[in-house]
Amino acid sequence: MALHFELVTPERLVRSDEVHMVVVPGTEGDFGVLEGHAPFMSTMRNGDLLIHRTAGAEPDRIAIEGGFAEVNERGLTVLAERADIPA
Amino acid sequence: MASLKALKGRIASVKSTQKITKAMKTVAAAKLRRATDQAVAGRPYAERLEAVMASLASKIVVGPQSPKLLAGTGKDQVHLIVVATGERGLAGGFNANIVKLARRKAEELIAEGKTVRFYLAGRKGRVLKRFYPQGIHHDQDMSGMRSPAFDHAQAVAQDLIARYEAGEFDVAHLVYSTFRSALVQEPTERQIIPVKVPEGAEGGASSAVEYEPDEEEILATLLPRNVAIQIYRALLENQAGFYGAQMTAMDNATRNAGDMINRLSIEYNRSRQAAITKELIEIISGAEAL
Repeated sequence: MALHFELVTPERLVRSDEVHMVVVPGTEGDFGVLEGHAPFMSTMRNGDLLIHRTAGAEPDRIAIEGGFAEVNERGLTVLAERADIPA
Repeated sequence: MASLKALKGRIASVKSTQKITKAMKTVAAAKLRRATDQAVAGRPYAERLEAVMASLASKIVVGPQSPKLLAGTGKDQVHLIVVATGERGLAGGFNANIVKLARRKAEELIAEGKTVRFYLAGRKGRVLKRFYPQGIHHDQDMSGMRSPAFDHAQAVAQDLIARYEAGEFDVAHLVYSTFRSALVQEPTERQIIPVKVPEGAEGGASSAVEYEPDEEEILATLLPRNVAIQIYRALLENQAGFYGAQMTAMDNATRNAGDMINRLSIEYNRSRQAAITKELIEIISGAEAL
């Protein structure tokens, strides 16, 4: 099973994917979200979002600015004001 | 009846007008597609933000310690109307309809004894200066904007919030045009400050959610963001609506020009025929007289 992950900015849906784990830069510290995480919500500071596609794989890095992350039974949704996607 | 030469000239001029309106229609159609795509792409964020706001607000009791953006200033005297219009004309009644709604709203508020001020975003709202020379609060220049980006909306939102915190107004309304389809745009008015929280969208299992930091702090950071999003959506809807209106207007103009060309050509042919017949009569009657 994998974690359903969505990254959304006001301009578009940047990413919608099944991944292993995502590390989110929360205001009160980074936190990793795996599949089956308890419902949770946090604001984010500017920083890098680390997306691990599979266990042990090198993570994808997406720089984000502001926003918040929500975990519910459907998965993780990150709402960022801006996201820089490495080309 | 106009001379043949004059008619010929008019036909040529209407034809070139038709060429221009036809080109504008094609351009508007292409831009409309882009603008609607952009509007659609912006929807998921707005929807999620709204859902989150609703679930947060249902857990918080509004009191004097709540953020001003949610609770209001406690007064209801100075109303600010943010008028978002297009930058250009030649789009039928698009801009005029927005301005008309803004005026109607203003008259309503004035009748209730409120003070009304305007905040213009978009060049075509400037006609309001004529009706309310004292009431223009700020004229935001959006002319550099080719297509709305979130940054533009955020700049406007930050400016608005700063003015709100400074106590320049108590309530802000946003007037823009909702995009229904290429043919239908609906001028819309909604209150953006204080934030009206959508009610009862969520409930049930969400009580188990953990918050970091706590609910109130999250809500406090979300409120200004919500204002920016509302403005951003208005800009997107306006953009799409504008091109839709322009496309329709230019389509009509092209058709009208076509009708006019037909009418003028008939007139031209008739007068030419009349001239020929007249000449023939003259020649024949001249020949008979001999």
